[in-house]
Amino acid sequence: MSNSLRGVVVSHAGLAQSLVTAAETISGVAGALVPVTNEGCDGGSLKARIGEAIGDGPAVVFVDLPGGSCLAGAVRIARDQGRGIAVVTGVNLAMLLDFVFHRDLPPAEAAQRAVDAGGRAIRIPPA
Amino acid sequence: MSLAVVRVDDRLIHGQVVVGWGQPLGLGFIALVDDKVRSSGWEQDLYRMGVPPGIEAIFASVDEAARRYDDWVKDARIGLVLTGDIDTLIALSDKVPKLRRVTLGGIHHKPGRSERLRYVYLTADEVAQLRELAKRGIEVVAQDVPTARAVPLAEFAK
Repeated sequence: MSNSLRGVVVSHAGLAQSLVTAAETISGVAGALVPVTNEGCDGGSLKARIGEAIGDGPAVVFVDLPGGSCLAGAVRIARDQGRGIAVVTGVNLAMLLDFVFHRDLPPAEAAQRAVDAGGRAIRIPPA
Repeated sequence: MSLAVVRVDDRLIHGQVVVGWGQPLGLGFIALVDDKVRSSGWEQDLYRMGVPPGIEAIFASVDEAARRYDDWVKDARIGLVLTGDIDTLIALSDKVPKLRRVTLGGIHHKPGRSERLRYVYLTADEVAQLRELAKRGIEVVAQDVPTARAVPLAEFAK
């Protein structure tokens, strides 16, 4: 699985760590997701932190909000590196659970699949 | 109305600005004063993504901001002016003498800076720059969110 996609979850405060822990607990898949917090970072140091978490291989970066410092850092990395990195906003547990079992896809396809899986999880259940 | 805040935040437009300040103050616009972002279409698109409907994102160079500042003050909507660093703030204040109060909202750790508050790290030179602003009659405070106390410069720049 050395060519498998890495998932990097970037968030405010401790949300990323909690999502990764929950995804690993439910799926039993460890090491596929790396959490990054923006705590204490300016734009430059957050970008460096995300880059370190991505490493040298292809990755999908999951960001909490569709704007702000986490997204800015992720998009800057994706533009700078110009290879195999896709960015998804609005991360939720459902998309991460789907992602960890589909890491053999190209980054753009895995990102779209994650968006679809995450979106399907947002519902209003019958009362 | 008037400008509610002139803020320095090295994360520029992000959640704390849009939600933390934007919701309780009912912001109608955020003016980001940053020469680099002003010249980059894709960066403007990026920051615009985080701004909800109802809040206009304005991107201005320092010179443009100086020219438009009076219009922002007179704007019927409530506005927030944002710079990413102290140098830009000082460049703006040099061109806008009526700027009387600035809020440090987020200046994070870098080599050479030391912690002054949980969300404010400054070098000795930056402290001197802020003291110079205060000598010119500009009130300098630190306040990350509206519900927090506005901390006067004298308390965190000793």
